[in-house]
Amino acid sequence: MIRELQEGLFAGGSAEEMINSLFEKIRRSRLNAYNHIAEDQALERAREFDRAPWEGRLAGVPIAIKSSISTKGIETNCSSRILSGYIPPYDAHVIERLKEEGAIIIGKTNMDEFAMGTSTETSYFGPTKNPWDLDRVPGGSSGGSAAAVAAGEAPASLGSDTGGSIRCPASFCGIVGLKPTYGLVSRYGLVSYANSLEQIGPLTANVEDAALMMEAISGHDPRDSTSVKSEGGYLSGLYGGVEGLTFGVPEEYFGEGVDPLVEEAVWDAISKLEELGASWKMVSLPHTKYALAAYYIIAMSVASSNLARFDGLRYGLRLGADQDWHTTFSEIRAAGFGPEVKRRVLLGTYALSAGYYGRYYLKALKVRTLIKQDFERALSAGGADLLVTPTMPVPAFKIGERIEDPLSLYMADVFTVPINLAGVPAISVPCGFADGLPIGLQIIGRHFDEAAVLRAAEAYEDATPYHEAVPKEVI
Amino acid sequence: MITGEDVDHISWLASIKVSEEEKAAFVASFNSVLDYFHQLDELATDDVEPTYRVVDLTNVFREDVAKESLSQEESLRNASRTENGYFKSPRIV
Repeated sequence: MIRELQEGLFAGGSAEEMINSLFEKIRRSRLNAYNHIAEDQALERAREFDRAPWEGRLAGVPIAIKSSISTKGIETNCSSRILSGYIPPYDAHVIERLKEEGAIIIGKTNMDEFAMGTSTETSYFGPTKNPWDLDRVPGGSSGGSAAAVAAGEAPASLGSDTGGSIRCPASFCGIVGLKPTYGLVSRYGLVSYANSLEQIGPLTANVEDAALMMEAISGHDPRDSTSVKSEGGYLSGLYGGVEGLTFGVPEEYFGEGVDPLVEEAVWDAISKLEELGASWKMVSLPHTKYALAAYYIIAMSVASSNLARFDGLRYGLRLGADQDWHTTFSEIRAAGFGPEVKRRVLLGTYALSAGYYGRYYLKALKVRTLIKQDFERALSAGGADLLVTPTMPVPAFKIGERIEDPLSLYMADVFTVPINLAGVPAISVPCGFADGLPIGLQIIGRHFDEAAVLRAAEAYEDATPYHEAVPKEVI
Repeated sequence: MITGEDVDHISWLASIKVSEEEKAAFVASFNSVLDYFHQLDELATDDVEPTYRVVDLTNVFREDVAKESLSQEESLRNASRTENGYFKSPRIV
């Protein structure tokens, strides 16, 4: 998609016209994928490009950005009332990198408030709709970024993934989404939710675009102390095929709670990989059933501390006449945060409070060790090179179906959160449809082995038609 | 079991005011979520080390050199109450 688009631009096409037609489409759209369109900035940059085209891997390419990633001069509100109107004075590292590669930022996409959700329904600006069925959720939390790409409202976008927030919406919207290895992409400028779990990554129409975006955004940044150097090679090794690779199929990712149509599509995908020259074997990740509880304890606890910074003082919502310090902030935060953010911050505060630290937070960190060891064993030398699973146990559910019952919503993350606990890379690629709704295949790799994950995903995509399907609702 | 009093205490710790209506809903959802968390009690973890981060890190040192940072004007631009070039906060004492 990106390559064709650039060929069009360099063959005399106009970036301004292309971006104007995107804006036209976004204005007509019923999806609510965007919180904010950077019309003036984007059109000015497009006109500059048309006057004197620049070089770069993403030269002239319009890209949409999740509202949790800071963009200088463009509102970044995390779909929260408390940050409505906040305009960052600096760019996140990934935005600097995209600009250096010549990309044009076109707008900020809708998301679950502060990335806390699996459906984009907790947004202060209302839910985003799934382009395949407007009554259904696009997944979350990067639902706007996924819906925009699926519906042709952006050629590619960035999201962030703390417990599945890139892979879930990619799966529900029938596109490609990659969560990189923890540390590969700088988090400088990402509004923090749960630091030790989250990574920024691409949502794209195909695997080649994801590899291209990774070439642009990965690499060391001294401003993120957990960031490491990238080996690159995502594009150069992309077409190597899967011959000789062994895929592990974790037994815990099938059976109870998984839609039979999802299981069938994933087994068909495994047969396809075998046809392409790979082998596969069953493996076990025995602590899988404990991952959700461990994940939510860690994420909520860390979030309770991270979100303490939102007090309305230096930026964000400020209400009424000032009273004493504690009353003023407690009222601003009560009005500024939505119900799910309050739930997570309050539960996290409880889990870290006197007398409970050992029972909840420390316990969850120890379970995290067991889950990480599960993956190390399954992906050890002599074991599997990659793992394949469903991304989500079910296709997209209806708007309103789960939002009143938080636990049922958390359960949807069962196959995505273990990957964040282990810190390994994983991609979701389209692998079929269940009653017209996209299904995602998750391919998981060893730490920093994005090259293998992308190569396998490319080989699978090249042999299957699912990524070419376009939702009828939005044409 | 979490009670309404517990929610009041947590709300004070977290600096988020909770209305009476919200409180009843939080009591119910907190108990069901915590109940789910308690399945971790099945696992023996006495001999397991906690994982704080998944990537090995060493301290990074650099020279302490002054460089350009945000201007006062840029820093204050998003604040709704300022005075004489400062953020204006509620009274502390």
